[in-house]
Amino acid sequence: MIEFYLNGRRRQCVDIGADTSVLELLRGPLGQTGIKEGCASGDCGACTVAIGEPDADGELAYHSANACIVPAHQLDGSHLATVEGLARGDALHPVQAAMVDCHASQCGFCTPGIVMSLFTLHEAQRRTPAPLTPERLEAALGGNLCRCTGYRPIRDAALRMHDYPDTQPSWADDPTLAGDVAALARDATRRPPVPDGREGHYATPDDLDTLRELRRQRPQSRLVAGATDLWLEVTQQLKPLTDLIDVRRVAELQRIEETTEGWWIGAAVTYSRLEPLFAEHFPAFAHLMQRFASMQIRNRATLGGNVANASPIGDTPPVLLALDARLAIDGPAGPRELPVGDFFLDYKQIALDDGEFLRAIFLPRRSELQHLKVWKIAKRREDDISAVLAAFAWRLEKGVLRDVHLAFGGMAAIPRRCEPAEAALEGQAPTVAAFGAAKAALRDDFQPLSDVRGSSEYRLTVAANLLERLRLGLESTTAEVSIDAYAH
Amino acid sequence: MRTLTDVSRSSQRARETQRSRNKGDGPLARDPRPGTSAAASHRHESAIKHVTGRAAYIDDLPAPADALHIALGFSPVAHGRLTRLDLEAVKRAPGVVDVITAVDIPGHTDIGPVFPGDPLFADDEISYAGQTLFAVAAISHKAARLAVKAAVVEIDEQPASLDPLKAAERGDVVRPTHVQQSGDWQRALSEAEHVLEGEQFVGGQEHFYLEGQACLVTPSEDEGVVVYTSNQHPSETQKLVAEVLDVPFHAVTVETRRMGGGFGGKETQASPWACIAALIARRTGRAARLRLPRAEDTRTTGKRHPFHNRYRLGFDAAGVLSGGEITVIGDCGYSPDLSEAIVDRAMFHADNAYSLGAARVTGHRARTHTASNTAFRGFGGPQGMMIVEAAMDDIARHLGEDPLTIRKRNFYRAGRDVTHYGQRVDQYPLLSEIVERLEVSSDYWARRQAIRTHNAASPVVRKGLALTPVKFGISFTAKHLNQAGALLHVYTDGSVMINHGGTEMGQGLHTKICQVVARELGLDMTRVRITATRTDKVPNTSPTAASSGADLNGMAARDAASRVRERLFDFAAEHYQLDREGLRLEGGELLAGHGESSRRIAWGELVQAAYLARISLSANGFYATPLIHYDRDSGSGRPFYYFAYGAAVAEVAVDTLSGEYRVERVDILHDVGDSLNPAIDIGQVEGGFIQAMGWLTSEELKWDDRGRLLSDGPATYKIPTYGDLPPVFNVELLEGHPNSQASIYRSKAVGEPPFMLGISVWSALRDALSSLSDYHQSPRLDTPATPERVLMAAETLRRSVNGSTA
Repeated sequence: MIEFYLNGRRRQCVDIGADTSVLELLRGPLGQTGIKEGCASGDCGACTVAIGEPDADGELAYHSANACIVPAHQLDGSHLATVEGLARGDALHPVQAAMVDCHASQCGFCTPGIVMSLFTLHEAQRRTPAPLTPERLEAALGGNLCRCTGYRPIRDAALRMHDYPDTQPSWADDPTLAGDVAALARDATRRPPVPDGREGHYATPDDLDTLRELRRQRPQSRLVAGATDLWLEVTQQLKPLTDLIDVRRVAELQRIEETTEGWWIGAAVTYSRLEPLFAEHFPAFAHLMQRFASMQIRNRATLGGNVANASPIGDTPPVLLALDARLAIDGPAGPRELPVGDFFLDYKQIALDDGEFLRAIFLPRRSELQHLKVWKIAKRREDDISAVLAAFAWRLEKGVLRDVHLAFGGMAAIPRRCEPAEAALEGQAPTVAAFGAAKAALRDDFQPLSDVRGSSEYRLTVAANLLERLRLGLESTTAEVSIDAYAH
Repeated sequence: MRTLTDVSRSSQRARETQRSRNKGDGPLARDPRPGTSAAASHRHESAIKHVTGRAAYIDDLPAPADALHIALGFSPVAHGRLTRLDLEAVKRAPGVVDVITAVDIPGHTDIGPVFPGDPLFADDEISYAGQTLFAVAAISHKAARLAVKAAVVEIDEQPASLDPLKAAERGDVVRPTHVQQSGDWQRALSEAEHVLEGEQFVGGQEHFYLEGQACLVTPSEDEGVVVYTSNQHPSETQKLVAEVLDVPFHAVTVETRRMGGGFGGKETQASPWACIAALIARRTGRAARLRLPRAEDTRTTGKRHPFHNRYRLGFDAAGVLSGGEITVIGDCGYSPDLSEAIVDRAMFHADNAYSLGAARVTGHRARTHTASNTAFRGFGGPQGMMIVEAAMDDIARHLGEDPLTIRKRNFYRAGRDVTHYGQRVDQYPLLSEIVERLEVSSDYWARRQAIRTHNAASPVVRKGLALTPVKFGISFTAKHLNQAGALLHVYTDGSVMINHGGTEMGQGLHTKICQVVARELGLDMTRVRITATRTDKVPNTSPTAASSGADLNGMAARDAASRVRERLFDFAAEHYQLDREGLRLEGGELLAGHGESSRRIAWGELVQAAYLARISLSANGFYATPLIHYDRDSGSGRPFYYFAYGAAVAEVAVDTLSGEYRVERVDILHDVGDSLNPAIDIGQVEGGFIQAMGWLTSEELKWDDRGRLLSDGPATYKIPTYGDLPPVFNVELLEGHPNSQASIYRSKAVGEPPFMLGISVWSALRDALSSLSDYHQSPRLDTPATPERVLMAAETLRRSVNGSTA
């Protein structure tokens, strides 16, 4: 059984299968058809909902999510706001009123999702007002596809939503809602960490010991955190996922620990939580985040998931490789650590034994002299899977390159560094000749695939050209070597 | 005092006036009251329902608890013979109620919309990967989909024909080649001062309507069904469902309230699913739902036709065309579908805005083993225009002129105002007017200079600028489709219900129709409501396509409303003893006379009095577009009632090391005649532009070498997102130029024409690339111009320049 609040009303749902999505729950048993299924893969945003969870001050903080790939069990102890819940009788919520007045809906199918993305932006503004910069609007709306309008009227609606009376949903009148949701979330007695199996196994351990024990007992079970990739197995391949361990409640996996050497990032920490850390200490990584995935995905997906998923086109592993990140592995045999470079063995093969799991990722603090560039190459600027991702780290000492790390995604069966090219640059001045050698070494080292995202020749050419971009940037700090919207 | 005879004579006169207006040969006033209902920017009639989640789409409709859910089995291979289809395990799968294949169809097994060739289920020859083999009905959507996986399918796979060029060369076509010719094109070429030739590949496009194909079918109490469908052509679906079930058409009712996007993808390709669900509903006696998951929808339905185009054109030292030839080869997929007319439209638009001179235009319809390509906004027109726009750029580079200069010199103009298919181009001066205004408003020439300066000093990031025009022909080229009907009821409380043959897919058609009715009856928009399009209300309708929705149905609705109005005038003149000639409906009242002698009668009162006097308060309306004709044998005629015009200026920045680019500014001026609803029209212009930008840039269809579509969903097929919206996007409607033809309130169709404004982005990308050769070379840039294609074109240019200077 799961219990949560839907548009202010407490709901109990029984017999919810482990692999049921929030979208299925809403459109099926709950009969709420306002949100739509556009793709069932988290790419279009038509099913966007707002999930409210109590923050440190006991207020409900809402984030947008794609209901098609959020496990229904993850709703437990939260407040789910949907498009049906915003208007107060005939009085529209400001984002709805602005959408109507700006002619921002045509066919209307994507509109409920866009309304909910704008609602979470509006909520964020209510909590912490800040200018609605183009970057913020892009972040808020980049995960909602609209095929009709061309987005201009949606932009206008976002910019005008504050011109309307701040009509709040009727559930906002309930002064106890946040407290009730918090109490529900704390009430672990309703939620045995190990389920009885009637609804499939959807286990929600609260601590590391229970997680270790569950992994030992059920080594065949799948771990789920953000579910943003795992759930595609359900929606796209119709694979049953009946034995799941949800790691999101494990406190140790939700921590960000700062040490003098760097940061231990719990494997279940979402990207949205990491953004301030990246912005302060790894701006190139933070910039990648804007293009890495939509807001709905970043609100749910985790750095640990992107690593353990081991996709050859995952965007963060090359960055972790360039930064010499380390991984904390845990499991029945106890904890161990290994460099991230030793984690990826072969296509989708990782160095985890049965029952083991990724506990945390260590990001070493950058020295003042270490430079980092992260460049993503894809067909579309926002929310696209990379053809090539390059992460370059280096120091420049007395005019020569030191500690050169050139890591790539999309160039091989695993994300990996290009050691021959690194060797060609190590200890060299950033000359045309040195980079020429590095480019040649790169071409020898990789034999990338041709696939839907790009041809082998394109990948090789663009990867080599990114080294040229690096050289040009080192040659002149003022030259325009890329387009700002794509790369910094 | 008037006699009855007088009244009837005056109403007879009114009817005649109306008929002559409808025929297009009488004067039809522009709306004299800008800002009134017919010209105002009323919000979309469903806007509030959209934003509150109350607008119901097909899968939102309630169905009986025992409704069945249908999933389909598709061919995994592109070409071959089906040797085994064992569905025993499917039938035994949990929750399965019925399983059907081709042998279970009582009526027609081929549902080709115009020409045969589209089997509802393949039963022998497999023609594309994604072709439907069988259907499963089960108690849930998931149970049906899981059951499909239990099928044993064996196919003797044969090599797939995937290259339309080779197919056309060996004469493997779905319809015969068509040629349009004007003048001695060979002589024009042989005598020309300059001759250039070029070729291009123009990629296809997935519709990516956000609401996938969906229908709900309930069995009726006699032999038929009621079909609720997301559909641009309910009448055709009615016909096909009836033929598949082998029942009369009147046994089938088809209803479409709204679509979550159509764009042409639900013109012919919404019917198969309705036919399948109807079979299940009749066989089981239960309601049946069918909706295609995104990947299945993308694999099984046709797309915008990819084209291979070639030109060989002669021109003088000023770049003015004297003639030549253009060949377009449409990749039709495995069957004709609408490809005859689509390739025709590509041919009709191979001139775009330019007088070709003595020209031959040839169109081939190649057959390949892919889904049957179909209607998509522009209907072949955009693909046809691409070749002449490529030629304009190429000629400019060849002569060292600005591409805009060459374009302007070739516009249709006095003495050169007849197309290669013999139609005189009406209102051609609008081309020059639009372009001249845009040159000023977009600051084209100053920016051109600034970009040249920027590029000379910027080795990596190059900017490009292009202004491209659009001239788009309005009318179905299949003449019989240019008709429409409407049904209007006035109820005794004064509320009005209008129904017509067009469908609402987001384009605002229903809103415009309500405005027309409100204007004709002098009512507030709140008094007029529109209902779902239904084949039992208005029969034998045409698809909502060819941008014709408002043109055709607006006229039909106007006809229906004016019939009721004239009837009420007749009644009122007699009943209230008023002067028939001076009657008018305004502001919810009947007005008679002027000044002291004026009288006002409230609309509700008038309607009730008429009802009590036993006057019919319901009327149907009809419209047929006048003047159009086309003779396929001679390849000439007047296929279009009129042309719509527009132009766009796009500026891009290209990273020539990565191929990444950004559209930085767009300026558009577009002609909609006298707009019926400026907000809706601007929405069409902007949306069409962005959709075309996606077509030409990021939206890439990729198949593997066995003909299986790889880009089958939004993870791999990238339509524009919010961030692709140009930071500066100035869009204006051309004002002060009513349609020269007697269209509804002198407006112009707006659904398709602005789509082709997006070609400016592609031309601007070529302009940026050309800077790598100091504008001496005109790079080939096939579409979609993905970062990969842009980078490869840049690399080719750099090699060529370095090679020639070395």
